Amino acid sequence: MSFLEYQLKLTPSGLAKVFFINWALLLVITAIAAIGWLMLYSIAGGDLQTWALPQIKRFGMGLVILFIVAFVPIWFWRSMSGMAYLVAMILLLIVEFFGTVGMGAQRWIDLGFMRLQPSELMKVTLVMMLAAYYDWLDDKKVSRPLWVLIPVVLIVAPTVLVLMQPNLGTSVMLIVAGAAVMFAAGVSLWYFGIVAALVGGTVAAVILSEGKTWQLLHAYQYKRIHTFLDPSADPLGAGYNIIQAKIALGSGGWAGKGFMQGTQSRLNFLPEKHTDFIFTTLGEEFGFIGAISLLALYTLVLVFCIIAAIQNKDRFSQLLIIGVAVNFFLYIAVNLSMVMGLAPVVGVPLPLLSYGGSATLVILVAFGLVQSAIVHRPR
Amino acid sequence: MRRAPRDTEATARSVTRRALFMGGCMAATVAVLGGRMRFLGVEQADEFRLLAEENRINIRLIPPARGVIYDRNGKLIAGNEQNYRVVITRENAGGTDDEVEAVLNRLSHVIPMTTEELADTLKDIKRNSPFVPIIVADRLNWENFSKIAVNAPALPGVTPEVGLSRVYPRDTDFAHILGYVGPVSEKDLEGVESPDPLLRIPKFQIGKIGVEKWMEETLRGSAGTKRIEVNAVGRVMRELGREEGVAGKDIRLTIDADVQNFVQARLGTESAACVVMEVNTGDIIAAVSSPSFDPNLFVRGISQADYSELTENDHRPLANKVVQGAYPPGSTFKMVTALAALEAGVIDENYAVRCPGYLEIGGRKFNCWKRGGHGKVDLRRALSESCDVYFYDTSQKVGIDKIAEMGRKLGFGIRHDLPMSAISDGKMPDKAWKQEKYKQDWVIGDTINASIGQGYVLATPLQLAVMTARIASGKMVTPRIVHSINDQPVAVPQAEGLGLDGSKLQAVQMGMFEVMNGAHGTAKSARIVDDAMRMCGKTGTAQVRNISTAERDNGVISNDNLPWEQRDHALFVGFAPADNPKYAVSVVVEHGGGGSVVAAPIARDALLRALTGGIPPLTAYPADQRGRIETLLNALQLRLADGTMPAPTKA
Repeated sequence: MSFLEYQLKLTPSGLAKVFFINWALLLVITAIAAIGWLMLYSIAGGDLQTWALPQIKRFGMGLVILFIVAFVPIWFWRSMSGMAYLVAMILLLIVEFFGTVGMGAQRWIDLGFMRLQPSELMKVTLVMMLAAYYDWLDDKKVSRPLWVLIPVVLIVAPTVLVLMQPNLGTSVMLIVAGAAVMFAAGVSLWYFGIVAALVGGTVAAVILSEGKTWQLLHAYQYKRIHTFLDPSADPLGAGYNIIQAKIALGSGGWAGKGFMQGTQSRLNFLPEKHTDFIFTTLGEEFGFIGAISLLALYTLVLVFCIIAAIQNKDRFSQLLIIGVAVNFFLYIAVNLSMVMGLAPVVGVPLPLLSYGGSATLVILVAFGLVQSAIVHRPR
Repeated sequence: MRRAPRDTEATARSVTRRALFMGGCMAATVAVLGGRMRFLGVEQADEFRLLAEENRINIRLIPPARGVIYDRNGKLIAGNEQNYRVVITRENAGGTDDEVEAVLNRLSHVIPMTTEELADTLKDIKRNSPFVPIIVADRLNWENFSKIAVNAPALPGVTPEVGLSRVYPRDTDFAHILGYVGPVSEKDLEGVESPDPLLRIPKFQIGKIGVEKWMEETLRGSAGTKRIEVNAVGRVMRELGREEGVAGKDIRLTIDADVQNFVQARLGTESAACVVMEVNTGDIIAAVSSPSFDPNLFVRGISQADYSELTENDHRPLANKVVQGAYPPGSTFKMVTALAALEAGVIDENYAVRCPGYLEIGGRKFNCWKRGGHGKVDLRRALSESCDVYFYDTSQKVGIDKIAEMGRKLGFGIRHDLPMSAISDGKMPDKAWKQEKYKQDWVIGDTINASIGQGYVLATPLQLAVMTARIASGKMVTPRIVHSINDQPVAVPQAEGLGLDGSKLQAVQMGMFEVMNGAHGTAKSARIVDDAMRMCGKTGTAQVRNISTAERDNGVISNDNLPWEQRDHALFVGFAPADNPKYAVSVVVEHGGGGSVVAAPIARDALLRALTGGIPPLTAYPADQRGRIETLLNALQLRLADGTMPAPTKA
C-alpha cells in the first residue's frame, strides 16, 4: 500500500494521459534509435533490407508496446511484479534445462517474430520485483538482516542461472542493478561496505597469491584470467575484435570519415559489427564529435530518469525508475568500455543501437514502465 | 499496512539523496568514457592518421595450408593444389555500377569470360557490400593469371590471388573415409562459442564429413596475420608486418590405398561394403562402401543435377555403409551363439543335435534353411554347413542375456569410435532392452531369431570385421584408422585378451575353417588352396522380408524372381591365414542373394590382395576356377601406380 493510492483523484485518466507522458524523454530515445538505423544502413553497405528495416519494424512495435504499458496505471504493474518475476524465472529455467537438450544449446525462446532471451527479460522483472518488495516492506525493517536476505536471494537466483549459460555480462548487470535498487531503497551502507570489502579482498588475495607458495588457483586458471583481462595478449582470438575496433575508432579522428565512408573492409573480420560493436562504425564515420554526441544523448536519458525519480513521491515508482536507469546505464557503460578496450569483451549490446530484438524490446518495455510511473505519479 | 504520508515523504527524501549519489557515479563513469573516446579518437588518432593519409592499413589473415592426408604407405590421398583466382572489390573498382561494369568488360578481354558469367558476377557484386571481394574467376591457368597481373593498372579493384584448394587424387576410393571440405556455412558457426577468425574468411573451406570433419582441428592449423598498407584503390602498397601461422598437421591413415582401390573396383556397382582389418593391431586396411562418389565435385561446388543423381540413387552412394549401414548379421552371428554356449558351459565341443529340418518348441515349428534337415550335427558341422537347428537348440540352453553379453564382448551393439560421420551402434538386444523399448517381455521366438542373427540383431560391416578380428586373435582389438599425425605414430592401444578359453575359441575357429575347406562347407568354392594362406570364414544370408507360411508351403520364391530391394543381403566374414591370422574381412552385399556365392568370393579376393601385396596370384585359387578368375581380375579397372585411372582402351 503506498502513498499513491490516496491521491488517485489527481492522476490523469483516459486519453488525457497523453499530455502527461514525458515526450522529451521519448524523443531522445527515438533519436538514439534513429542513429542506430543510420549506422545499420551504413554497415550493410547502403542497404536498408539487411538490418535497418527489421530494426525499424521492431522499434515501431516496441513503441506501440511502450504506449500500452505507459497507459496502464503503475499500481497495476506493481501488483504484477511478483508474477512477472516468476514468469521470467520459469523461462530462464526452461532455456537452462531444456534449451541445451531439446533445442540445440540455444538461449532464447522463439516467439515466431523474434527470439526472446529470458535473461534480457529478467533485467526488467528483477527491478520490478525489488521495487515492489521495498514498496511493501515497512521502512524500519529495511536494514534488518532477514529482510536484506530476501532481496539478495531474489537477485542471486536468476544471476546463477544466467551465469551458468554462461553469460557473464548479463550476470554482472543483474547483480549491479539489483544492488542499486537495494541501495536506493535505503539498505544500510554497512552491507555494501562489507560486500565490497569481501569482494575486493578475495580479488586481491587471488591476484597477490600468483607465483607465491600459497597460490590460490592453478597456473592455467591465471592464464585464462590474463587473456580475459588483457585480450591484446591473444591477437587472433579474444583480442581480434579489440584491435579492429581500436583501428576503426582511432582512424575516425575528430569529425570522422563521413557517412558511408568508413572503410568497412577493415571490420570484415569483426563478427559483431552490427550488434555489440556497432559503436566502432559510429566512431569511424562520425569521429569523436559523433561519439560524444551519442554519449550526450544517453546522458540526457539518464538525467531525465533521475529527475523523474526524484519528482515522484510513490516509492515503487521511484525505485523502478532508478532500477531502469541503472540498467540502461550499465548497458552503455559495459558496452562502451569493452568496445574501447577498457573492459573484457563480455557480450553486452549498445542499447537502442545494436541490432537485435530482445534487448530493444525489453528496453522499450522498461521505458514504458517509466512513462507509466511518470503519468500516474501522485500530484 | 497503511503508512502515514509523512513517513513516505521522509523515505522519499532518502531515495532522492541516494539517487543523486548514484547519478553522480554515473556522471563520473560517463566522463571516463568520454575521456577514452577523446584519447582514442583525437589523441591517438595521429598514429593511425599518419598512415591513413593516402593509404590505409589492413589486417589480413593468412590462411594456413591444410594438412594433407596419406595412406599407410605414404601415398597422397588428400592434398592441396594451387588455385589461381581473380577477385573484384566494388569499392576499389570505382564504386558505381557503371564503373564496375567497365572494369569487368575490360577484364573479359583479358581472360575468357562468357556474357553469362559476366552478368552473374555483376549480380553478385551488386548483392554484396562494396567491400566484399567477389570471386570473378576460379581455377585459372597460369597464362591467364599472369595476364591479369600484367594488366593490373587498367583493372582497378581486381586482384589476382593464389589460394590453396583441396584435391582428392584418388577421388571415389576415399570419398566415404575422408569425406570432403566445403565453404563454412551458417550452420557450421552455430553454437560455436568464439569461432576461429579463419572461419570468417569468405569461402574458407572446412571438413564437412568423414576424417576431414572429425580431424578438422588437427588438419586446419592456425592463421597468421599480415598488416598491409593499401592505397586508395585498394592495391597493396607494402607489407608492414607479418606473423606466420601454423600449417595444419599431416595425417597418415592405416588404409592401404591400393587395397582400398582393389576392393572398390571388386565391389563394382553392387550396393555393398567391405572392411579389411589387421587382426592384432586393429588397423583398418580397407573400408569400402559401394557405390561411391567423387568428393572433388563437392569441393568445386556440385551441380544440382549431379547432386540429385546421388541422392535419388537407390544404392545410396552418399552413405558410408561401412559404419552407417546396420544389417541383420544372419548366420555370421552363429559364432557368437556358439561361444556364448561354450563359455556358459551348457554345451561342450562335442555336443551334437539331430536336425530334422526344423525344431519344434511349444507347438511352434522353427525351420532350418535346409528343409530336409542335416541329420546329426556337432559344432563343427553346425558352423560349416550353417545348420540353424543346432543354434536354435543351444540358444534355448544358454539364453539371450548370455548371448548378448558375448555379442557385446565381440563388439556388437558397441559404437566403435572412428573419425567418421553418423557411426551406427548396430543393435545387440537383450531382455532389458526389449522391455524398455517395446514394454514387452522377451519371448522364445526372439531368442531363436537372435541365435541366427535375425530378428532384432543389427550389425555394421565394421562391427562384423571387429568380431572376426577378435575371434581370430582372441584379443579385444579396437579398430583404428589414424596411423600417425605429422609422422608421430599414434600409439596402438594395447588389446586385452577376451578371457575366453583357448580350446573353445579353437573349436569355433575350426568350424570356420571347415566352412571354407570342409567337403560340405558352405563357402568351399571360395576357398584358398595355397597352404600358406588358408582361410577361415562364415557365410550369412540375411532375410529382409517376411516369408509367409503359405509361401513356405509352396516353396520359397528364389531371389532371382524377386525385385532387387526384397532380395536377401549376402554377408561374409573371414580371416586368413588360418594358422596365424593376419587379416580379418567382412563383406555385406545389400540384396546380393546368397552369402556363399556373392559375398565370400569378394572377401577371398580382398584377403588375397592384402596378404600378397599385389594382384592375387591365380595359384591361390582352385584349379577349376582359375580361368574365370583371370578374366574377372583382368576386367577390374584399377588405378595406376600414381593414383590415376588408366586411359580407357577399346577392346
